[in-house]
Amino acid sequence: MATATFKIWRGERSTGGFKEYKADVSEGMVVLDAIHHIQADEANDLSVRWNCKAGKCGSCSAEINGKPKLMCMTRLNTLPLDEPITVEPMKTFPHIKDLVTDVSWNYKVKMGIKKFTPSATEKWKAHQDDVDRPQEFRKCIECYLCQDVCHVLREHGLHDKFIGPRFFVYSAALEMNPFDSADRLADLKEKQGIGYCNITKCCTQVCPEEIKITDNAIIPLKERVVDEFYDPLGRLFKIFK
Amino acid sequence: MIEYQTLEHDVLVIGAGGAGLSAAVKASGAGAKVGVLSKSLLGKAHTVMAEGGVAAAMANVDGRDSWKVHFADTMRGGQYLNNWRMAQLHAQEAPDRVRELEKWGAIFDRTKEGEILQRNFGGHRYPRLAHVGDRTGLEMIRTLQDHGIHQGIDFHMEVTVLTLLKDGDRIAGVFGYDRERGRFRLFRAKAVILATGGIGRAYKITSNSWEYTGDGHALAYHAGAELLDMEFVQFHPTGMVWPPSVRGILVTEGVRGEGGVLRNKDGKRFMFDDIPPLYKGQTADNEEEGWRYTQGDKDARRPPELLTRDHVARCIQREVREGRGSPHGGVFLDIAWIKERLPNGAEVIKRKLPSMYHQFKQLGDIDITKDPMEVGPTTHYMMGGVKVDPDSQMSAVPGLFAAGECAAGLHGANRLGGNSLSDLLVFGSRAGEYAAKFAKDLKAGAIDDAQIESAAKAALLPFERTGGESPYAVQYDLQEMMQDKVGIVRVEAEMVHAVEEIAKLRKRMDNVFVPGNREYNNGWHTAMDLPNLLTVSELIARAAADRKESRGAHFRDDYPEKSAECAKFNIVLHKGPDGEPVLTRTPLKEMPAELKQIIEEMK
Repeated sequence: MATATFKIWRGERSTGGFKEYKADVSEGMVVLDAIHHIQADEANDLSVRWNCKAGKCGSCSAEINGKPKLMCMTRLNTLPLDEPITVEPMKTFPHIKDLVTDVSWNYKVKMGIKKFTPSATEKWKAHQDDVDRPQEFRKCIECYLCQDVCHVLREHGLHDKFIGPRFFVYSAALEMNPFDSADRLADLKEKQGIGYCNITKCCTQVCPEEIKITDNAIIPLKERVVDEFYDPLGRLFKIFK
Repeated sequence: MIEYQTLEHDVLVIGAGGAGLSAAVKASGAGAKVGVLSKSLLGKAHTVMAEGGVAAAMANVDGRDSWKVHFADTMRGGQYLNNWRMAQLHAQEAPDRVRELEKWGAIFDRTKEGEILQRNFGGHRYPRLAHVGDRTGLEMIRTLQDHGIHQGIDFHMEVTVLTLLKDGDRIAGVFGYDRERGRFRLFRAKAVILATGGIGRAYKITSNSWEYTGDGHALAYHAGAELLDMEFVQFHPTGMVWPPSVRGILVTEGVRGEGGVLRNKDGKRFMFDDIPPLYKGQTADNEEEGWRYTQGDKDARRPPELLTRDHVARCIQREVREGRGSPHGGVFLDIAWIKERLPNGAEVIKRKLPSMYHQFKQLGDIDITKDPMEVGPTTHYMMGGVKVDPDSQMSAVPGLFAAGECAAGLHGANRLGGNSLSDLLVFGSRAGEYAAKFAKDLKAGAIDDAQIESAAKAALLPFERTGGESPYAVQYDLQEMMQDKVGIVRVEAEMVHAVEEIAKLRKRMDNVFVPGNREYNNGWHTAMDLPNLLTVSELIARAAADRKESRGAHFRDDYPEKSAECAKFNIVLHKGPDGEPVLTRTPLKEMPAELKQIIEEMK
């Protein structure tokens, strides 16, 4: 049986470092399997979050060979096994230990977004065509890989001014929900920093659910913000309406 | 002296899946101060993995559906061991609970008329499952989560409960630890709702995540509650079998609902060979009729692939055992064939079953629009659990409630697909409502320091030993043993042996060693889950040995037939004064005449 070498981050960010482990490789194996073997055999106290092991819960996010990925959906046969595979925690969030990060910021951000607000006269009828787009956004499994890769958060650390791709997708799902009646455009512009996104599409590339984050969520939201606040003709039209 | 932080709530919910969140929302809506403990992060609980849909007789697709038909289907599926009152409440209230989700932001797939779309599923007479593609559970948990965070509920994420605390007979709180730093926490509460899910991790091949270690079952048992129907473990007929690393991962019944068929290695649709008498009248006897049913023909009867899960799982097991299986020990599940009937078949598959398409492509190198899948049974769901009052969901311990998978009664000997998501909505809501009522105007119970002291001491033992066994090794051997001896086909001698093996594993558990410290230590967490796993495993084995017949999910090779005698009782277990389980055969309650009549009419 072939073996592969894994360099796994152990300890805390400031004091820890990579440690090398070997694991046998069998057919169909994913990175999370290797982590589990290593954990059971030689590193019982290795910290890792995981749940469904089928790409549905978004718990096992990490950086594999430097790329943000779900460990449960990354097949070993897609990685070059002749060199060590590095597995390290997401960089955008405070570190806890080994592969586990503190993602609580995301939960706080969500609390600040206006919740789903149906109108009192809603009839609760909608055609599939009208719900296709919000349903695309609602596929999100909250793995936060898009947050991890976004340079506004990762490099510039604007966590207090910018809610990140996950929450633009969340806002877009609400804004495009045919049953919702709230308006989130002012918040997106003023408090949630949609202007900071310069549509490099890194988030779209790492999304395990293949949500077209930039094209389908962020750009349409930016357009709505522009229409609302920067379109002089539109504003005149509104005044006289 | 043990150090711990103390928090106080009126109602404390353990578990943040669909049942826990439903309970929390309803309890806080009733004015209670509510706390929710979850072993994982919020939104990651097992509900997220539910695929096919939520069963509710809304009659959006077929006007002939009604709560009465749903009730009769559920009772038939459970082989009449179900608690009829729960089955009645469930069928009556599920439609309102689904519509409530929509009012909280859920977006279900739509019919042409713009209503919530419903699909076919095993054991349901009419298309009844409200769904969102094949990710219904994600939609539900996200809706409950996003609604719940604005309800003033305190969420305590990544907290594990070690023990329930009592003041005399009644519940007074829970003691546990936070996974992140390993610090102990005391949660005082006037009422506690268990919503901890199932026990799948007691088995080697399972669709369940690491969390499913029977915590609620074991906590309730040790606190003096009764456990019901523990012999009934559902093996879902279609789990992935290849490659080895994905063995057990669920393949939704929705595949068969959309026209997928089961074949053996000779290409034969073997499900036509064995249709149980109870279902003869409502099952298609030819392929053409089965296909028409999946495409919405109201005059057609359902294909045998959509018989109940227990039966389909056993048929698959039979094909494999008799040498007609697929190369890796399963059978073939083929949805690609629908292209012969539908010119845009590949598109239909991708649209209706996107996550299955994705899962097989990415994890199994199989394109399900072109090739058949290989599938086999996987441990999926626990019908057995805490015995509760059907209306309030309270257990025998005053102030201790249970809802969802860790409670029992609704499903009897076998759960129908889709009835779990509706179960957790209906009875999660009821538990929340009644727990809030119970807690109202009640003073908090006194906390017994000795109980805390002993729980904390026991929790730290794995660090204090200077050497010993890895907790992973004990867990692995338990899973292997349960799979072998108390699995899908059971015999007396093996189950007696299993009980002996569990005693040995318990000794090994008392000698596990964990390196490192208490900070996010998965080894320690695994060690803390072991007592619960061993408790539920023993109760399953004992109940299964006592039921000397084959019924629903419980199949005995030494008693392969149903027995009229065994149709009259449920098995109830509680902890005796000497700490050993006490087993009682409890006669079923007489069903009211009007419910009996419904069952007669629907035969």
